Amino acid sequence: MNPQYDQLYQALTKVVGYIYPNEIELNWSILIVLYPYITGLVAGAFILASLERVFNVNALKPTYVIALLTSFAFLLVATMPLIFHLGQPFRAWEIMITPHLTSAMAIFGFVYIWYLMVVLVLEIWFDYRRDLVIWSNESKGVKKWLYKILTLGVYDISPEAVKWDEKLGYIVTVIGIPSAFLLHGYVGFIFGSIKANPWWSTVMMPIIFLFSAMVSGIALVMVIYIVINYIRKQKIDMLCLDTIAKYLFYIIIIDFTMESLDQIHRFYEAGESFEIISLLMSGKLFFTLLIMQIFIGMLIPLLALGFLQFYKPNEKLRRMIYLVTGILVLIGIFFMRWNVVIGGQLFSKSFLGFTSFKLSLIGTEGFLMASIWLVVPFLILAALLWLFPPWKKSPSEH
Amino acid sequence: MAGTLAVSAVLPSFNAVLFAATKPKKGPWYGIAIDIEKCIGCGSCAKTCKIENDVPPEPFFFRSWVEQYTIKKDGSINVVSPNGGIDGFTQKIPDNEIEKTFFVPKMCNHCSKSPCVQVCPVGATFESPEGVVLVDEKYCIGCRYCIQACPYGCRYMHPTKKVVDKCTLCYHRLKKGLNPACMDNCPTKARISGDLNDPDSEISEFIRKKNVYVLKPHLNTGSKLYYNALNQEVR
Amino acid sequence: MPSQLKRLLVLGVIIISLFLLLKHLATPVSFGQYGHYRGNSLNEIAALPVKYVGSKTCVKCHDSIVALKLEGLHSDIQCENCHGPAYLHIKTPKKDKLFRPDSREFCAKCHSFNKARPEKAVTQQDIKNHHPEKKCITCHNPHQP
Ligand code: HEC
Ligand code: HEC
Ligand code: HEC
Ligand code: HEC
Repeated sequence: MNPQYDQLYQALTKVVGYIYPNEIELNWSILIVLYPYITGLVAGAFILASLERVFNVNALKPTYVIALLTSFAFLLVATMPLIFHLGQPFRAWEIMITPHLTSAMAIFGFVYIWYLMVVLVLEIWFDYRRDLVIWSNESKGVKKWLYKILTLGVYDISPEAVKWDEKLGYIVTVIGIPSAFLLHGYVGFIFGSIKANPWWSTVMMPIIFLFSAMVSGIALVMVIYIVINYIRKQKIDMLCLDTIAKYLFYIIIIDFTMESLDQIHRFYEAGESFEIISLLMSGKLFFTLLIMQIFIGMLIPLLALGFLQFYKPNEKLRRMIYLVTGILVLIGIFFMRWNVVIGGQLFSKSFLGFTSFKLSLIGTEGFLMASIWLVVPFLILAALLWLFPPWKKSPSEH
Repeated sequence: MAGTLAVSAVLPSFNAVLFAATKPKKGPWYGIAIDIEKCIGCGSCAKTCKIENDVPPEPFFFRSWVEQYTIKKDGSINVVSPNGGIDGFTQKIPDNEIEKTFFVPKMCNHCSKSPCVQVCPVGATFESPEGVVLVDEKYCIGCRYCIQACPYGCRYMHPTKKVVDKCTLCYHRLKKGLNPACMDNCPTKARISGDLNDPDSEISEFIRKKNVYVLKPHLNTGSKLYYNALNQEVR
Repeated sequence: MPSQLKRLLVLGVIIISLFLLLKHLATPVSFGQYGHYRGNSLNEIAALPVKYVGSKTCVKCHDSIVALKLEGLHSDIQCENCHGPAYLHIKTPKKDKLFRPDSREFCAKCHSFNKARPEKAVTQQDIKNHHPEKKCITCHNPHQP
């Protein structure tokens, strides 16, 4: 027998209450959890980079390039879970060829290409152009050719040309900020615009997605920065770290407020879906929502970071606290995506019952596959850092 | 007086939920009517649908199914649909505990403002010129966004074709002048489909004479599945 | 204009034209004929085979049963509702035999007691106690109950 049916028959025994017969299977599983998670990391890391450049937060300078490369590494992978989740992955190109303009998902292809090609790649290119030219002269073999190709044949590094790089890069960054907002706010809209699903259908969804994206992106860059410096045995710029943590703290507060507002509103209005949703939160989602997302992923980091705003222990301890809170935040935001995507499908649209979900280990929708998509961006980032080491760049002006 | 006139001059005429759909001027425009007072819950519709349309026999894939709603004397609601009602229903709750009970056959509502059509990223699901919502199985990419968007749970992922599948209102039969298989095989003629554009059709008369109701009207999907004697508990 | 910007613009124009060319080549011919979908899919769906051929087709070979059924209370029930789809049977009746639903459970799907069944619509029987030892069709003719 088809093993897929085995799983479904098992799920059938775990149904509680009444669900429509087609609802036993969860159609969007772990891969679709990863999709908003990864795009969130992209948008968040980029926004952190832009903070430095556009708003001139000089303390953040050491993380500027790291944030950009992180954003880029994750963006390259962002579509992979989506494509692998499709029933017909080889038809994915249709989304670009005949996009249906009323569909929130159709525009994703274009928003993605815009963000990847026009914003991130350009910004990184302008930032690295001079170094590419220099490195293409200095290095040998394949590396030399790679740098050469990447210069696109423009070898002009006169101060004038570099000034242009600077200027154009700035313009791209300015365009990039609304684009990053667009990219992730828009991912929220994919869920928020589904009127059939009361757990998703809220105007707050894009905003919540945006702020949680910033939270996760900033936390990620913070963690990566600490780890890179640890590996390279370099002294960490504590001012930079403290500044990132400060921003992280503020944005977690905003995010927490938005999410609470959304829930309070839902509970106060207590519409027709109220009963099923409160059952969902106190039952099926108790662990992932209340414990993992809110307690581990939000309250503890909030307390820890808040504490550090008033009292500063020694550097080593602070670094430890930052590392741990960063990781907790990353876990918390992962569960936030989980609760949105999986939680939204656990209850029936008849509001009379629940289906169940068990993450399998193998298969395209399994745990291992999902882990791969989370590890690959780090490998890409490592490769990028090896090819384009930020610490070997000639100092720039911004 | 003048104020009232001014307001009525700018105010457009609002459409009733039943006529939320904008019909085409010419040609047929299909709708469905189900009479709950006639449904005996035999499951013939669900069974014939599966056979006629090669729907996988496993109990997770349905284009059409039947639910039994039971409102108990203690106020609680119990709903069941064992295997979509294909094997019939056996009453499990004793008569003396029941306040009300009835069958509700379900199928695609062929909405005229379909949430599923709206969200399809590639144009693989669409409304035919006759108002039938269809899926192009050669073009569907299997993203399942439409499944999420359907408020009625009428879509499923075909386990072997790996594309989304749904009721076609037996488009292949309609085009040959036949009725949908589920309508033909209903022993009590509880369900009919027909041309909403033709004022003399059976369905137009049904809608005119009976106090019909659509599912989840607050979602404004422009549903074209009209129920007679639908209880407000049904979702 | 700085040289790097010029180079990028050229590259951009090339990429966009390539995309437009691909879009033109890859879009299905009938796409957009009636709306934002493949027009040909309408014909493809309309061409699917019909399996439930309807009671009228049975007259040719089983006229007595059809006539018998029309007089009885099962007149509204399609032959294929009980016997299954006959699209093969009407062509090769000897080879493709139809289902003979002679079990008690089969009749019970419509006739067992259930408070949800409208009494006007169907007569119900206490199947457990109504001559439990025999098949229904020993006493009732399914074609004219
Ligand atoms: C072309 C002539 C023809 C048509 C049309 C036809 N049948 Fe038959 N049918 C036969 C013949 C011949 C047999 C006897 C087969 C045998 O005994 O091997 C038969 C046998 C049957 C049987 C008994 C099967 C069995 O296993 O003994 C059923 C039930 C039946 N037909 C139903 C139908 C129904 C319902 C229709 C209409 C949809 C139909 N038939 C249309 C020729 C036809
Ligand atoms: C309520 C269900 C039902 C309907 C409706 C029905 N049948 Fe039958 N039919 C049966 C059953 C049960 C048998 C088996 C009788 C037996 O084995 O003695 C049967 C047997 C038959 C046979 C075989 C008779 C024999 O003597 O072997 C034929 C032929 C047949 N049906 C044709 C039809 C045709 C044609 C129609 C439509 C006009 C029809 N049936 C409608 C239930 C039904
Ligand atoms: C698909 C549903 C269905 C199936 C299956 C079915 N019937 Fe019926 N039956 C009906 C309907 C509908 C009526 C007519 C309405 C009524 O009962 O008054 C009816 C009427 C009857 C009647 C007459 C009731 C009366 O009021 O006099 C009898 C007896 C009967 N069926 C016996 C059977 C037997 C025996 C079988 C099994 C071979 C069977 N039925 C299978 C739906 C069904
Ligand atoms: C031993 C013969 C016998 C068997 C077997 C039998 N019945 Fe009957 N049935 C009768 C008789 C005689 C009547 C009429 C008298 C009565 O109401 O009890 C009847 C009445 C009915 C009626 C009600 C018709 C009316 O006018 O009220 C239905 C419905 C019915 N039977 C269905 C079934 C079904 C379904 C089965 C199989 C599960 C079945 N019968 C088995 C002999 C039988």
